[in-house]
Amino acid sequence: MRKEEHFARRLKVQDNINTDYVISGRYKFRIQDPKELSKHIFEDIDPEFASRVKKGDILVAGENFGCGSSREQAPQALKIAGFHAVVAKSFARIFYRNAFNLGMMLIESDTSFIDDGDTVEIDIDRGRLEDVSKGLSFEIKPIPSVMKKLLEDGGVIEHFKKYGGFKFDE
Amino acid sequence: MGKTIAENILSNHCGLDVRAGDIAICDVDFCFGQDGTSSIIIDSFKKLGVNKVFDKEKFRMVIDHSAPSPNIGVSEIHKKMREFARDFDLGLYDIGCGVCHQIIPQHGHVTCGDLVLGADSHTCTYGAINVFSTGVGSTDLAITLACGKNWFRVPETIKVIVKGRLPAGVYSKDIILRIIKDIGANGATYKSIEFYGEAISALSVDARLTISNMAVEMGAKAGLMEADNNVLKWVAGRSKREPRPVRAGLGARYAAVKQYDISNLSPQVAKPHTVDNVSNVEELVSTKIDQAYLGTCTNGRLEDMEIAAKILKRNKVHPDVKFVIAPASREIFIEASKKGLIDIFIESGCVVVGPGCGPCVGTHNGVLADEEVAISTANRNFKGRMGNPNSFIYLASPATVAASAIKGKIADPREYRKRL
Repeated sequence: MRKEEHFARRLKVQDNINTDYVISGRYKFRIQDPKELSKHIFEDIDPEFASRVKKGDILVAGENFGCGSSREQAPQALKIAGFHAVVAKSFARIFYRNAFNLGMMLIESDTSFIDDGDTVEIDIDRGRLEDVSKGLSFEIKPIPSVMKKLLEDGGVIEHFKKYGGFKFDE
Repeated sequence: MGKTIAENILSNHCGLDVRAGDIAICDVDFCFGQDGTSSIIIDSFKKLGVNKVFDKEKFRMVIDHSAPSPNIGVSEIHKKMREFARDFDLGLYDIGCGVCHQIIPQHGHVTCGDLVLGADSHTCTYGAINVFSTGVGSTDLAITLACGKNWFRVPETIKVIVKGRLPAGVYSKDIILRIIKDIGANGATYKSIEFYGEAISALSVDARLTISNMAVEMGAKAGLMEADNNVLKWVAGRSKREPRPVRAGLGARYAAVKQYDISNLSPQVAKPHTVDNVSNVEELVSTKIDQAYLGTCTNGRLEDMEIAAKILKRNKVHPDVKFVIAPASREIFIEASKKGLIDIFIESGCVVVGPGCGPCVGTHNGVLADEEVAISTANRNFKGRMGNPNSFIYLASPATVAASAIKGKIADPREYRKRL
């Protein structure tokens, strides 16, 4: 995978961002259209947030991102909002699977020093995340090979169609 | 060397000897979706290009999250689920049947030693009856619906030992809130938890389900217990399949071992807006409340209804409080009615709504206004969970919720200990 440059979008609240924060209780189940949902991401904790997101941005969060409900609308809305990836100190497990299943990359790394608007470079092969604006470099926790395979295939549905089941090297 | 319950169940379902950290492709015994997740299950299933489900008897859909439907958007989802069920000849529990995590074990779809996936995060509930059950997203569920399998990373396990005897007025909900306070919302992420100890063995199966239900609030993948005689009796009366109880082997490796003594435990209350923000009830008495809720997959069972009724009998709900009650299933509703509990609830001023998730998910049956405060027997108190980000949710046992509804403020249920 090649090195890519992105803008960081840091959430005001960092830890324990649950799926009810990604999609507010006001909209869950009421709105089905993922495009419409993506306009309201994080509305309850930062009403202006969605309007600042540009295609290719990287979402920056703290510990236990995506905890709570199994609702796949959460990673789906983030993907459709334009996020290339989410970088967090840790992820809740259902969200973790859901994101890779949809072909969206999640990166575990120290995010304490990344500010909103910083330019960030991700180098998966070298396992580094660079904050270009600050001249800082962080180690990325290796992405498990199963997740890498799902990303390469464009998500679990494409993977399944390609192999007629699961095909992992392990 | 012995294996943990999680390692044993996953090994049994992939035909290999797998250990924590391994990736296993396993056969799944049962899977399901609810009305918040089934729409994407159906879409993803159709995208896979298969024309039948792997086994009709091993899949159900449940309409519980917004039942009956509060708006057109939800009505369309319900219609889509009913049409999918009809087209593929699949079982569906429609409105009024109850909450998925009550009706799936109650109707015998799962038994000891099973591996179960649900498109709902609280699928970990059946760990109390020795089932490795875990929540996944809709697309993961659709894959299993198509092929009967999924992949699992075998989790490490935290062993939790609960000692002592529960004091009067203190319940399994208080035990699990105490444990979550200690382990934290992130403390068991990607891991399985095994619960042991005399305090767990002394609990009814209903009360144990409350504990396993909340394992996910620590990030856990499963919250497992051994199958003792109570569990074997419980599943024998419900499931037609032969149970295959699974224990941890001698020398099984644990990531951590935690011990708790609950002999002097106070009723516990989780404060807004995280489940691990827990205090003893004494510190919160006099916090004014506007709404109380008894129900959900955590505490909507018959035993929970009985505890609340003992406190509410010949008492009145405070005039400033709306007390909503939703039995977790139709069968619980009928039993509660036969026992006269429903009469007690209605006479005391409660509103009893149909079986289902009720106001827990924030779509209907009691959405909070700005600045309103609720005390609920549910498992989550996230900002906006009950439909309004400007409201406040406290979580507690059925006893604490009932006592608080009478007082109009958070109250210590031990005040009613002579009734309990």
